[in-house]
Amino acid sequence: MNAMPRWADIILVPFINLILAFFVAGLVVLAIGENPFDMIYFMVKGALGSTSGIGFTLYYATNYIFTGLAVAVAFHARLFNIGGEGQAGIAGIGVAIVLLAFDWPHWTIAMPFAIIGGAAFGALWAAIPGYLQAKRGSHIVVTTIMFNFIGAALLGYLLNGILKNPDLQNAESRAFPTGAHLPTFHEMLAPLGIEFSKSAPANVSFIFALICAVAVYFLLWRTRLGYEIRSFGHNERAATYAGISSVKVIIVAMLISGGLAGMLAINVVMGEQERLIASFVEGAGFVGIAVALMGRSHPFGIVLAALLFGMLNQGGFELLWEMPAISKEMVLVIQALSILFTGALDNMVRVPLERMFLRMKKGAA
Amino acid sequence: MDGANSAGRQETDAPAIELVGISKAFGPVQANKDISISVAKGAIHGIIGENGAGKSTLMSILYGFYKADAGEIYISGQKTEIPDSQAAISAGIGMVFQHFKLIENFSVVENIILGAEDGPMLKDSLGKARESLKSLAKEYELNVDPDALIEDLSVGHQQRVEILKALYRKADILILDEPTGVLTPAEADHLFRILRNLKKEGKTIILITHKLREIMDITDTVSVMRRGEMTSTVNTVDTSPEDLAERMVGRKVLLSVDKKPATIGDTVLKIENLRVIDEAGVERVKGISLEVRAGEILGVAGVSGNGQSELLAVLGGYMNATGSISVNGVPIDLTGRESDGQSRRARGIAHVPEDRQTEGLIMDFMAWEDIVFGYHHDPAFQKNRWLMDNAAIRADAEGKMERFDVRPPHPNLQAKNFSGGNQQKIVLAREIERNPDLLLVGQPTRGVDIGAIEFIHKQIVDLRDQGKAILLVSVELEEIMSLADRIAVMFDGHIMGERIPAETDERDLGLLMAGVNEQQGAA
Repeated sequence: MNAMPRWADIILVPFINLILAFFVAGLVVLAIGENPFDMIYFMVKGALGSTSGIGFTLYYATNYIFTGLAVAVAFHARLFNIGGEGQAGIAGIGVAIVLLAFDWPHWTIAMPFAIIGGAAFGALWAAIPGYLQAKRGSHIVVTTIMFNFIGAALLGYLLNGILKNPDLQNAESRAFPTGAHLPTFHEMLAPLGIEFSKSAPANVSFIFALICAVAVYFLLWRTRLGYEIRSFGHNERAATYAGISSVKVIIVAMLISGGLAGMLAINVVMGEQERLIASFVEGAGFVGIAVALMGRSHPFGIVLAALLFGMLNQGGFELLWEMPAISKEMVLVIQALSILFTGALDNMVRVPLERMFLRMKKGAA
Repeated sequence: MDGANSAGRQETDAPAIELVGISKAFGPVQANKDISISVAKGAIHGIIGENGAGKSTLMSILYGFYKADAGEIYISGQKTEIPDSQAAISAGIGMVFQHFKLIENFSVVENIILGAEDGPMLKDSLGKARESLKSLAKEYELNVDPDALIEDLSVGHQQRVEILKALYRKADILILDEPTGVLTPAEADHLFRILRNLKKEGKTIILITHKLREIMDITDTVSVMRRGEMTSTVNTVDTSPEDLAERMVGRKVLLSVDKKPATIGDTVLKIENLRVIDEAGVERVKGISLEVRAGEILGVAGVSGNGQSELLAVLGGYMNATGSISVNGVPIDLTGRESDGQSRRARGIAHVPEDRQTEGLIMDFMAWEDIVFGYHHDPAFQKNRWLMDNAAIRADAEGKMERFDVRPPHPNLQAKNFSGGNQQKIVLAREIERNPDLLLVGQPTRGVDIGAIEFIHKQIVDLRDQGKAILLVSVELEEIMSLADRIAVMFDGHIMGERIPAETDERDLGLLMAGVNEQQGAA
């Protein structure tokens, strides 16, 4: 009964949305007396024009895939997990503890343990609001927001206390052992004879993020647990009728969600910083909400949306550099317009397009 | 029916409302196709048709919710455009929806003036509304306390508030959508008295219903809709329920259920002194005892909201209770871990819930996903420890949909895209094909078209004839009378009495439903 073919739904609609977004952004740029085509050129060039640009784009995209998947899993259980920011921050502590505990010989050994540590800490930080929602009815939106603040405070406290590197002024941990270094794209691609920028932070976590996306797809659409999560999310009453425990679904979905959000720490803390710093999440937890919405809570859509957001982020930084007349706030406006058109104003394009396809179908019939 | 000439007629002779060539399509679906009707002033006109026949679309066009693709509307001979509900109201059209549009924590007068206030200050409007309520109440037997809160009123009274709302807005044409669905027989009778009074005062009434008896009782003329078309309009005196049913469905329909005498076996379900207290702390079921034996259908009658839903919820495993329930002689837990839908299913209890859209199905799931709902732990549907065997589930769904004649037979279609009757068949297929010892059925034919009702009743009777126990809860007395082998009537959480269908009638049951037991004196 779909009015539109699938390709139009997944590719065409977001593409038109994006064009509209850039059109309006272009008007704004025009209004401050700059050339809108320059703006688009520098953004695209900044994000995709060099291996360094691509490397940064993929690095950001990795973060957004993790946080987007985290929001999506909770969202399928109709839980609005806004706590990705805090869960990722706490997961950083888990990753740091694991990596500082041993002198790891090789990343292939260190990474699984770091993943377990990060996932456990992230999951724990999501499970508390989950438990409060399931057992006490405290609204998850409120509690996860509060836990973002508690998490940030806890992270700051530990970094000024027992986790602090005593040799430094800054609130940061000691550097992780060199054996825990994750291979970057430069290191991974060099043996294949492909020259990739050395400075770009994209690392093996990107591949792990793609694996997570596939795993989330299987979880949601192939397992019993995913079936129960989706049932509960669509219709709580029906789920109760079918004997699905709401307490179990809420807590398990939040555990998985928090664990996924925590994987951001693998990319940033283990892959890029190689030590724990206070503000490493940098809003990626919140961007994950937009990514999940734009990706329609489907792993495939989330990967695409994360790549787009990665491009916007990286392109935005380059834009600041190349066009001094464009301020940081202006870049935010451009990014926000993209989110507005692709997310919130989606139906503006979708509905007329659906009508058009219907008319074409009718004409053909 | 010649709309083109009507403008030239005397206004008093013109029909109260006339539709000419109304068409409306939603995408590929033609909901209304070239519909023309004309309703005389002061008449009660019935519109019947199966679910999805286009009745509601037509009324929505009349009330300004939808814009017709083609066609014209004449009110008292004047061509009228109705772009929104404000325009409908000023054209003198009032609508009483099936689901009331009242604000629960407002009083009656506050609801009545809502949207029709005279100015920024409410005091004058409220006073004026109170005055006109008094006169309306006298005129039409529409008594309600103007200062009562809506949430404290019975459903019948809430409906009167809806009618008052329309009359306060000077409606001359009143449209009622399935008005008796939620009423007791006595409340329905009162409603009909009100409608007759309104008619006497020259109001025109359009009654949308699927209950043939109501059409026969109260209407002057009746139009039948089928698949978006108005197939016929007749004078009610010239037709019969059988004739109308045939016009609705397009073929001969069996209105009564064809069943053999029951062969009754051992007791399957035994309920003793069951008490249920809901989340708000209200006692909903007040110590009832019941038995259902193999090979019999026990019908639980009663006006909705008298504890039947809670009874089903307890038996289905999703509400706690005290007392004792046993199935085939083995007690089942009424609280705790072993009291949920899963353990009930493991004990051979299948459940067709009262509301298929909010309980029985996930409307956004595809049919094949819904057909395993509640049984998704069955080892036959698992590929391995982690993954479900979607191919096996889909194949299973295909078989079930074919055997239960679900149309269209596409397992990949989302549940919400099936008609009400076919959704119900999906639920029935899922529950009956599990071959349960005890089947719980709530409102099996609510919102289901006549053609499917016949099929659904037959499936339930077939299961009984296989020696299974069936507990049927329904607010449709007719359904209970024709299906059940024994009838228990619930009122206010009590069983008011048990009857054998052959030894009772609607009046007797109606009294029990209202809490009066003549055989034992007043309760």
